[in-house]
Amino acid sequence: MNAKHIQHLYLRAGFGISYDELSKLKSKSKKEIVANIFSDSEKVNLLELDLSELNSLKSELEQNKDKKKMMAIKKESRNKVNDFNYDWIERLNNPDSILREKLTLFWANVFVCRDNNIWFLQRYNNVLRKNALGNFGDFVKEIAKEPSMNKYLNNKQNVKQSPNENFARELMELFTLGIGNYSESDIKESARAFTGWSFNRDGDFIIKKKKHDYGEKTFMGKTGNFDGDDIIDIILEQKLSARFICTKIYTYFVNPKINNKYVEELTEVFYKDYNINNLMLYIFNSDWFYDEENIGAKIKSPIELLVGIKNIVPVSFNKPKQQIYLQKMMGQILLFPPNVAGWKGDKNWIDSNTLMFRLKLASILLNKGIINLDEKGDLEDSYDNYYKSRYKRGKFLKLDISWDEFDNQYSNASPSEMKDLLLVSEIDKDTEALLFNLKFDSKRDYCIQLMSIPEYQLC
Amino acid sequence: MKRRDFIKQSALASSLALVPNILNAFGNLSSKTLGGKKLVLIQLAGGNDGLNTIVPYTSDIYYSSRPKIAIPKSDILKASRSLGFNKELSIFKKLYDKGNLSIINNVGYPYPNRSHFRSTDIWQTASSSDAYLSSGWLGRYIDKYGKKPYSGIELDDSLSLIMKGNTVNGIATKNPAILYRNMQTPYFKKVLEYQGEENISKDNLGFLYKTMQEAESSANHIFQNTKNVESKVEYPKSPFAKQLKTTAEFINSDVGSKVHFISLGGFDTHTNQNAVQNKLLGIYSDAMDSFIKDLEQNDTFKDTLIVTFSEFGRRVKQNAAGGTDHGAASNVFIIGKKLKKSGFYNEDPNLSDLDDNGDLKYSVDFRTIYATILNKWLGVNDEEILDNSFSKLEFI
Repeated sequence: MNAKHIQHLYLRAGFGISYDELSKLKSKSKKEIVANIFSDSEKVNLLELDLSELNSLKSELEQNKDKKKMMAIKKESRNKVNDFNYDWIERLNNPDSILREKLTLFWANVFVCRDNNIWFLQRYNNVLRKNALGNFGDFVKEIAKEPSMNKYLNNKQNVKQSPNENFARELMELFTLGIGNYSESDIKESARAFTGWSFNRDGDFIIKKKKHDYGEKTFMGKTGNFDGDDIIDIILEQKLSARFICTKIYTYFVNPKINNKYVEELTEVFYKDYNINNLMLYIFNSDWFYDEENIGAKIKSPIELLVGIKNIVPVSFNKPKQQIYLQKMMGQILLFPPNVAGWKGDKNWIDSNTLMFRLKLASILLNKGIINLDEKGDLEDSYDNYYKSRYKRGKFLKLDISWDEFDNQYSNASPSEMKDLLLVSEIDKDTEALLFNLKFDSKRDYCIQLMSIPEYQLC
Repeated sequence: MKRRDFIKQSALASSLALVPNILNAFGNLSSKTLGGKKLVLIQLAGGNDGLNTIVPYTSDIYYSSRPKIAIPKSDILKASRSLGFNKELSIFKKLYDKGNLSIINNVGYPYPNRSHFRSTDIWQTASSSDAYLSSGWLGRYIDKYGKKPYSGIELDDSLSLIMKGNTVNGIATKNPAILYRNMQTPYFKKVLEYQGEENISKDNLGFLYKTMQEAESSANHIFQNTKNVESKVEYPKSPFAKQLKTTAEFINSDVGSKVHFISLGGFDTHTNQNAVQNKLLGIYSDAMDSFIKDLEQNDTFKDTLIVTFSEFGRRVKQNAAGGTDHGAASNVFIIGKKLKKSGFYNEDPNLSDLDDNGDLKYSVDFRTIYATILNKWLGVNDEEILDNSFSKLEFI
């Protein structure tokens, strides 16, 4: 398989490929390489924090008794959510199964949810991981029963006596069908089917029988005593649902510019059995996935950018919270999506400020780039915290940079191989001239330079 | 290689093949051609308690709902027969007396959302509560009318949704010198210096180069036009006052910025509300005093409209921790010279007719305020920007 195609595959199915790995794969066939990625992704390695020290607080978190005490527990839990953020990024840098992790990240931006309860959030995140390559229908049904999702979309308030339509609406608008593909009456009727869906202290799903509406519902032309699972089954009978997900998959994994012909092709494949594994296999084995117009066509998400740099030159943060700062400045804090519609992606990542920061990221991480910009305060912050960062942060990030590891890997790579490895998109010819004229003493410097031009923003 | 050496070497390299650059992508645009009216929009972030800001001091329900945190009558700067200012807002009382302040009560939207994030989204994008937009209403104004990133400036280091357009975004800076310096870093600068006139091909790559050029050009424009402008008014020491001072420098110079956004945080007062909120209102009021003086001295107050909102108000009933929880409708402040309708614009909040959560109901949709500002102040087509038709109010 040719090197460029391998790189393209690894950028989309994962977060790029190292020089050594690429050298090893070059002699193999596409079929072999793709098959390997899938067999590596069969195992599910859950991401779990050690929460034993906090376990005594767990049951108190969802009960609204002593306000002050509860706020203190919430704060503890919120700190752990940050820890989970760091661990997740660490996982993206060192995955057992690149495709499963990439898909987990993708699904987190489909089934968008946030929660400051670390126990619930962690289980939610692992539901994404477990189902990432599974059956889409089972996936949706599991998501609908998760306590984090239940809280996020107010299903606790959805009771027979006064249905709350929030979950039913987003289920169709954002998770399965897309706006315009259902009626207001479909929302009302399906909301009834999810009434009484709740969870116990451990976060396990329960149905509160007195609050559930066991009556007859008419949904998308069918009538019956439907519950939530039935509703999801009826939704998936609509081919529009397969198309909706395939469009998202195509945008994320192939090209932000939709090609209807290929999306239709995928829809046919997916609609058969909603098997995510088969859908992804079909994409990566297709010829069109490797078309020139798809290579380097995407703007990296801030996480793809950060993880990509760390994959070439491993860095570790002495002050983990500085990772949140970087994510914030670029507009994507993992586990803290802006709203249930998630991050829009591609061009939406870019404005004058984020682009400037992104182009500077390699210098900030690897070349003691000066930090002179403040992050925004949080909406829930006290006044002092809201403005705190403005006085506290040092000028540089506190990092350990593993240049040795880089040197080991790349000592044999020529400058032109380095360039090919780091940049997959077409290169602007004026910038090509700049690169040609640049003098550099070491591969380390050349690496930083390559990561600092606009072409590196693409994958 | 040291950073210094890199600069040296790349400078050397660039002398070998220096191509004419597009330093100022916009040419010269005088501020006058962009029209004179300015907007400063302030968000009291976290959800300001409107009822302890503008106090219904004759309401028994107010006092009985808040035994611990209601503000005693004696502490209130009385304005109307039923409403008065929190005493930290003495400046606002003066503005009120002069006819330079209009307070719109009961502002909100149907099906209010009580999440900070979501409700902030709704206020910033001007969407209804069941729609998700990826552009802000000021961003869409820039799309259609400002056209340049510096038409809309957020006084911060990163850009909020409110300033994001569909094709053009505003720019964020609270220090033009730092913004300028960041665009002068070797990598950024060199790449742009090498750019010829020819357009770059592929979609996203071309977009990145174009954004880079606009960013550099905007940073340069803002810096060059403000570097010799220094406000002569003394401001308090708070970061918020500094943001307003910088805003005044934009307005009192030739930057040509039209809309400005500032967020003042800390209003999420679930506990110990009064101490926290009073301090914040003091910071807000004191900084506003200097800001207005500054504008008056430069004769720009007459062209500047200052609007303050919060993503929601707070529950009428106090909670058990001496604070209040997230609520719904609240008040919006409009400050401007000789407003058409000043004082209390509409009816008092009705504490005896609350929604199911015990929150104030809205009677004025916040988007009618936006429509009024766009149409009557900025003189543009509000329906195009809000993608809907809203009735206009009479405060300007």
